[in-house]
Amino acid sequence: MAAPAFLRRHLAFLAFSIFILSAPLFTGNIYYLSILAFMATRLMITLGLNLLMGQAGQISLGHAAFAGIGAYGSAIMTTRWNMDPWLAMLLSAAFAAAIAGLIGVPTLKLKGHYLAMATLGFGEIVHILLVQLKWLTNGTDGIGGIPSLAIGSIDFGEPQMFHWLVWGVVLIMLRISLNLVDSRVGRSLRALHRAEVAAMSLGVNTSFRKVQVLMVSAVFASIAGSFYVHYVHYVSPVSYTLTFSVILVTTVVIGGLGNVWGAVWGSVLMMLLPEYLKRYNQDYTLLVFGVMLILIMIFLPGGLVSFKTLVAKMRERLGGARTASATGPGPTGGS
Amino acid sequence: MRRSHVVLVAALVVAFAMLLLAGCGGTTTTTTAAETTTTMAAETTTTGMAGPSGDPIVIGAIVSATGPASPLGEPERAALVMLEAEINKVGILGRPIKIVIEDDQSNPTEAVTAVNKLIQQDKVVAILGSSISASTLAIKPITEAAGMPLMALAASNKITEPPIDWTWRAPPRDALAVGAALGYIQNTMKLKKIAVLHDENAYGASGAADIAARAADFGLEIVATESYKTEDTDLTAQLTKIKGATPDAVIVWGTNPGPAVAAKNMKQLGMTQPFVGSHGIANKSFIDLAGDAAEGVIFPAGRLLVPDSFTDPAQKAIVDQFVAAFTAVTGNPPPTFAGHAFGGLTLVLEAINRAGSTEAADIQKALNETKGVITPDGVYNYSPTDHDGLTPDDLTVVMIKDGTWVLAPQ
Amino acid sequence: MTFDQFLQYVFSGVTTGSIYALTALGFTLIYNATDVINFAQGEFVMLGGLTAITLHEVGAPLALAFVGAVAIVAVVGILFQLLAIRPLHSAGILAQIIVTVGASLALRTGAMLIWGREALPLPPFTGDAPIKVSEATILPQTLWVLGLTLVIVVTLQLFYRRTLTGKAVRACSVNPSAARLMGISYSKVVLLSFGMSAAISAAGGVMITPVSFMGYSSGAIIGLKGFAAAIFGGLGNPAGAVFGGLALGILETLAIGALPMSGASGYKDAVAFLILLIVLFVKPQGLFGGRSVEKV
Repeated sequence: MAAPAFLRRHLAFLAFSIFILSAPLFTGNIYYLSILAFMATRLMITLGLNLLMGQAGQISLGHAAFAGIGAYGSAIMTTRWNMDPWLAMLLSAAFAAAIAGLIGVPTLKLKGHYLAMATLGFGEIVHILLVQLKWLTNGTDGIGGIPSLAIGSIDFGEPQMFHWLVWGVVLIMLRISLNLVDSRVGRSLRALHRAEVAAMSLGVNTSFRKVQVLMVSAVFASIAGSFYVHYVHYVSPVSYTLTFSVILVTTVVIGGLGNVWGAVWGSVLMMLLPEYLKRYNQDYTLLVFGVMLILIMIFLPGGLVSFKTLVAKMRERLGGARTASATGPGPTGGS
Repeated sequence: MRRSHVVLVAALVVAFAMLLLAGCGGTTTTTTAAETTTTMAAETTTTGMAGPSGDPIVIGAIVSATGPASPLGEPERAALVMLEAEINKVGILGRPIKIVIEDDQSNPTEAVTAVNKLIQQDKVVAILGSSISASTLAIKPITEAAGMPLMALAASNKITEPPIDWTWRAPPRDALAVGAALGYIQNTMKLKKIAVLHDENAYGASGAADIAARAADFGLEIVATESYKTEDTDLTAQLTKIKGATPDAVIVWGTNPGPAVAAKNMKQLGMTQPFVGSHGIANKSFIDLAGDAAEGVIFPAGRLLVPDSFTDPAQKAIVDQFVAAFTAVTGNPPPTFAGHAFGGLTLVLEAINRAGSTEAADIQKALNETKGVITPDGVYNYSPTDHDGLTPDDLTVVMIKDGTWVLAPQ
Repeated sequence: MTFDQFLQYVFSGVTTGSIYALTALGFTLIYNATDVINFAQGEFVMLGGLTAITLHEVGAPLALAFVGAVAIVAVVGILFQLLAIRPLHSAGILAQIIVTVGASLALRTGAMLIWGREALPLPPFTGDAPIKVSEATILPQTLWVLGLTLVIVVTLQLFYRRTLTGKAVRACSVNPSAARLMGISYSKVVLLSFGMSAAISAAGGVMITPVSFMGYSSGAIIGLKGFAAAIFGGLGNPAGAVFGGLALGILETLAIGALPMSGASGYKDAVAFLILLIVLFVKPQGLFGGRSVEKV
């Protein structure tokens, strides 16, 4: 009985892994693979942000900056200093973690909207530096010619290989996040989210824990930035603005705050929905997208992962007449 | 809880499958050389001159129709939509054309998704775009790797730096426009000290970098360089600093509305130095916004703005036709950017027509052999090493007088 | 920096600062009533300017265009609260904030479809002959902006302190449940706050349009700076918001003047945000933050 129990516990994770890793077997279409690749890098950032927001209760409006540090770190170190891309990715992530620690110590004492403001300020300053430090970042012209990732003779510039690589990393991050939430660290984080004083009295070092989570999420974002530039081979500052930070926060909340799978569903929706809408009318895309965000929040205030509550509510309203048959995700669950 | 995620995984599968289907719906059939020839043969034998028929030749376009660069991308899109209808009255190689236009929202990531869609889904034979340099530089590695002809619509010098096996450019690059502006200041205005005020976006920063690199070649000294964000509300602070450096002329490199704010602010500060702009203000909007302050403003631009300045009758005829058609459809004369889109499309279609084929290699060869093709931006002569095609003579210097464009006094 | 230059920097800073101030004031009104940070605040500014342009174009005199635009945008604010925020009342602050993000996308894109991509002008209220102060110059429109900002702030204070409704609003922001027990309709107060917030930001939009024009995307940066200004002055404090806005505007322009190198203007926002961060670290509740910091 051990195996079925294990399967049941990890069914969602396994099913998701099998689905996503087998995708290139069904389509070699670079368009679909590129959407999935961008979804993967988006997901890396939102997994970290979801930990920070959902588990530690801290809003960051500066996460685009951490992704930017990873992206530019990799771009600069590989094109200018001919460094190995993997080493560059590692160093960028370490740098992002260091910066996160540095700004985390004074910032995480701030609460709520003040923290949001401080991270926003940090994000804006990083963006301005990316534009202005032309000798280092090449300004708004951006940096091109960034090499593909490779291990020995395996070239990850090939879209299908890149898919397996980037989603492999996403799955590792997803696993880390799921484990973290279930672990003692996760519990202490939630404790500090709910009742900081109580957590402190139980001997949880709240500031230290929060800074730790911020650093983890910065590393996730930085790695996402690195993968992005090795895929696109070009980076420019316009990708790392406040708008992007706001979209990241939106992705987390739309998916479902505090639930690791929320980041997954948020990223899926935020990547696929505009791509769909574009097929009909490109000008109206963001208008309809904005309205849909509002509607999702109204009908699923807990995010996409809360659709079950909605289904249950609807079933209640229907008087429980058809209890057995309704196992589908409901009208909004599949979007 | 766990089971709900299984359901969600299933939902994801469905969602993605739907995207696949939606994509397939828009797919057009691949055109092989064999098909092309059979269609053409069928046409010559059966339909004769009765207009185009058969599978359309699909051209892709990526423009920044929304987002910060939309004043560039929107007229480009309008021009392409209009031209598609016009061209289909006659067709190319006896076939109609279809232009699939994607909006990159002024965002390089969106441009990458769009270029992959155009290549994979729409099976385009060539791509125009993007409106902005960042997007163009982001898609260039993809089109180069795929062997897909890319006709860039953006100005950064970097776009036509090697590798350029598959990349050509329609608009004059930054260097040409900067050269025209600096040359005018040196030779006609005979001034020495200049100040630069530029937008911090890619357009402004790239132009400013070029000015900084080449001012000395024109015997000019830059006494101040300041910048602004596209949406900054007031530029008197930047201009106060510039005023303190006492330049002979102020170069303002950016797209609307910044330069219009600068023109009004200079008037407010009593700065009487000449205002030298960029081709970014080559549209009616600048005159509408700046009002009186626009009077006397000088900027380099294609001759499209002053159609009477075309000396070549063939070019004048083409431009007149374009201006009339664009004005009829949109209600406004075409800004420079619409001219870029017209030029880019003309160059690609002319090459396809000359090649008699929609095969990438044939288009590549034909584009490299382009000689004397006329567009509103000038006369193009590409070669395997020159993918810009224009010469400095194709640009002119324009002055705003009585609310309209005239050739600047020489 | 000569004194005349200094004066000019201050004038320039005050012009933009006034708009930051009015936007910050808009943030403050909504925040005080609901604890929500409204990411669509800048969109109200943009809508105000563009609506006034259209009203003026169809023949309304400037004064009427001003009042009409403010009224229309106030209605937009009220509808926004009724349709999008109110259904979320029980869902928590974060869900409401995300709704404002959605609204800002929708409003911005809607404005693009209505008014097009290019920025549009509006004539100044009373001519554009600059007024000389020493060697520096100031536009009559800037005086209008300053004067009307002052009028709005004073009116708002009088409303809060002298009228029954105003007192009810304040009561709600201090203690919503107690206010409810006193028979004050919390939902009406929230509705009123959204309306006033939208109206004030729209007024800022109309006033600044003759100086800087208005386009569909102009709201984003003003919203960002307005938010920064509101935090700077201490979120929730109307007087602080106004001070924060003016201070932020002047800091930006003085940064251009004070930084010695050429190209200093590229760093003006960085300097402003850096000072903001330092203030936050030293005084986490902002310069005049009276209310408790822990509000989430």
